[in-house]
Amino acid sequence: MSEPLLEVRHLKKYFTTPKGLLHAVDDVSFTIEEGKTLGLVGESGCGKSTTGRVILRLHEATDGEVLYRGRNILKLSPREMREMRRKMQIVFQDPYSSLNPRMSVKSLIEESLRQRSRGMSSAEREKKVLNIMDLVGLERRLANSYPHELDGGRRQRIGIARALILEPEFVVLDEPVSALDVCVQAQILNLLMDLQKELKLTYLFISHNLSVVKHISDEIAVMYLGKLVETADHETIFENPKHPYTQALLSAIPIPDPTVHPDRIILEGDVTSPINPLPGCRFRTRCRCAMPVCGEECPELMPNGKSIVACHLYSGTDAKAGQSGGQE
Amino acid sequence: MNDFLKIEGLTVEYRSGSRRVHAVNDLNLHVGEGEALGFVGETGAGKTTTALSILRILPNPPAKVLSGKVFFKGKDLFQLSDKEMRAIRGEEIAMIFQDPMTSLDPVKTVGDQICEMILLHEHCSKKEAWEKAGDMLETVGIDRDRAEEYPHQFSGGMKQRVVIAIALSCNPSLLIADEPTTALDVTIQAQILELMKKLKREYQSSMIMITHDLGIVAEICDNVAIMYAGGVLEYGSVFDIYKDPQHPYTHALFDSIPDVHRDQDRLKVISGLPPDPTDIPAGCPFHPRCPHCTERCKTEKPEAVYLNETHWVKCFLMQGRGGESHE
Repeated sequence: MSEPLLEVRHLKKYFTTPKGLLHAVDDVSFTIEEGKTLGLVGESGCGKSTTGRVILRLHEATDGEVLYRGRNILKLSPREMREMRRKMQIVFQDPYSSLNPRMSVKSLIEESLRQRSRGMSSAEREKKVLNIMDLVGLERRLANSYPHELDGGRRQRIGIARALILEPEFVVLDEPVSALDVCVQAQILNLLMDLQKELKLTYLFISHNLSVVKHISDEIAVMYLGKLVETADHETIFENPKHPYTQALLSAIPIPDPTVHPDRIILEGDVTSPINPLPGCRFRTRCRCAMPVCGEECPELMPNGKSIVACHLYSGTDAKAGQSGGQE
Repeated sequence: MNDFLKIEGLTVEYRSGSRRVHAVNDLNLHVGEGEALGFVGETGAGKTTTALSILRILPNPPAKVLSGKVFFKGKDLFQLSDKEMRAIRGEEIAMIFQDPMTSLDPVKTVGDQICEMILLHEHCSKKEAWEKAGDMLETVGIDRDRAEEYPHQFSGGMKQRVVIAIALSCNPSLLIADEPTTALDVTIQAQILELMKKLKREYQSSMIMITHDLGIVAEICDNVAIMYAGGVLEYGSVFDIYKDPQHPYTHALFDSIPDVHRDQDRLKVISGLPPDPTDIPAGCPFHPRCPHCTERCKTEKPEAVYLNETHWVKCFLMQGRGGESHE
C-alpha cells in the first residue's frame, strides 16, 4: 500500500587506511516504506552506523544511489542537500557526548530552527521548542537546565527533540537506547513508537541488540562486515532465521529463564578485518556450515521463502543441504 | 548453608562537599561456597560500590564505609591490616572489571600483566610464572604465543579474556565480575559466558555477578539479589525470582526488558526515576514509583518477609498478604 520512501541501491563506502582499503559498506541495497521501520543489526564494526551516515551524506558514498522519493540525493548540490536535511534527521547513540555541555536544553533544541528558519520570530521559536518538549516528554521547567544536570533518558529525549523540531519525515536512529538503563530504555522505545504513529515518521533503526530491534522494527536487515546477509520481516527472522550468522546471533541472546538451557551456537573468534577482505563469503571463517564454494564466490542476496538471504546454502542445488543443516 | 562470604549491615557513603551520597544502605547478604550470586539493579543501585567495599578498594575519600562488617571465610575483612588484605586480594578474591579497554596496562605485554599477579602471590621463578601465564591464556582460549603482545593488539573480547585470565591466575575462591560483558558484542558475550560457566564448573569458585541483564543472571547464577537505592529488595534462587517474582520493583524490571520470544506492543515502564542517592525516600525506597504504595510504605521501612527458606522480599504487600488494604 505504501510507497518506498527511501531506496538504497548498491551503496558502497570505502575508507583508505594505511593498511589498505577498508570496505565499511559494500554493495548494500534495501528499501524502507513510508511510515515503517527498518532495523539494521550487526556487531560493532560491521558498517551499520556508516550506512546510516552515508544515507544522510555525513560521509560521502564511494558508489551507489540513495533514492529519496525517487530522487537520488547523493547527486544533490550542497544547497539542495541542505534543504533535504530538514526531512532527514539523525539521533545519535551517546546522549552524554552528543550534546554541547555549554548550551541549555532550550538552546540545544532551538539550534537547528535558528539555522533553518531564519524568518521565524523568537516568540514563535520558543513556542515550537516548548511544544516539542511536551511531545518528547521533557518537563518545561527543564528548558533552562544544562545537559549535565539531566539523566541519560532525558538527554536522549533532547537528542530526539533536536531531530524532530524541523519536522522530518525520515529519522536515522543510531543505537538510540544502547547507553541507557533497561527501564529508561523501555521508556525511550515506547516514546519512539508513539512519535512514529503520531508524526508518521519513517525510521532506520540501527542497533546491535536484536531484542530491541525486534520490538520496534517492521523489517530487519542483518549486516556482517559491510554486507547484508539476510533481510526479512521481524517475525520471520526470529521464527525462521536462514543465514548461519543470523542463527548464531539469535542463539547468543541470553534468555531470562533459568529453566531453559539453549543449545547455543558459539561463533569462534572475532569479526575479521574489513580491510582488503578476501574473496568469497565474508562470514565463512566463522561459519559452521562453510563449504568450498564459500571461499570462491560471494553469495548474492536471493529470495528464499519469506526472507532474502545471501548464503550458498540456499542457492540452487545446495538448497536441500542447507535446509537440514541450517535449522535449529 | 555455610557462610563463605557474609555482609552485615554494610553502609557506604560518598562525600562531596556538604552533599552525602548514600550509595549502600544497611546491606545484608551472604554467598555460599561454590555459589554464584547475581546483583541486579539499575545504574546507581550500589552494586559496584558493594563489590569494591568487599575488596576494600573504594576510593577513600570520597567514599567512606560508615558501618558494617564483611566476613570472608570467618575473617572480618575490615579488621585486617593492609598487608593481610593485600594477600587476600587477587589470591582469594579477584575482580573482573567492566571495561576491558581501560583495565589493562597499555605499555606492558599481556603475559607480563598476568605474571605480575602470579609473582605477587606465589613463590615461583619468573620463568615458572611466565609458563603459568601461558597456561592461563590457553584456559581462556587465547594462543600462548600471544603472551608477548600488547593489549592494543587484541580485540575487545580478547582483552576481556585477558582480564579474566589475570583474575583467575591464582585460583581465587571468590570471583567478582562487574558487568563483564556489557562492553562486548552479543556473539563475544556468548563466548565469555560460556567460558565463565566452564570455569564455575571446573574450579568450583564462588562468584558475584554484577549485571543489569536478567538473561545473563538466569544462565550463570544460582541466587539473585535485586538491588535498589543501595539495598536489597528481594533475594532468592533464580528459579524463585524468575518464576515467582514478588516485589513490585522486580516485576517492573522483568516487564521492561523487550523479549525476543514474545510479542509485545508496548513495554511496561516504571513511572518516575531511580531515587536521588543524596536524598533517599523515607520508608520503602521504592514507594514513590510503586503502583501499590500505601501510607505505611511512606514512613515505615519494610522488613524481610521469608516466603520459603531462601526467598525473601522487603515489601508490606507480603506481610500476611498485606497488612494494609491495597489493590
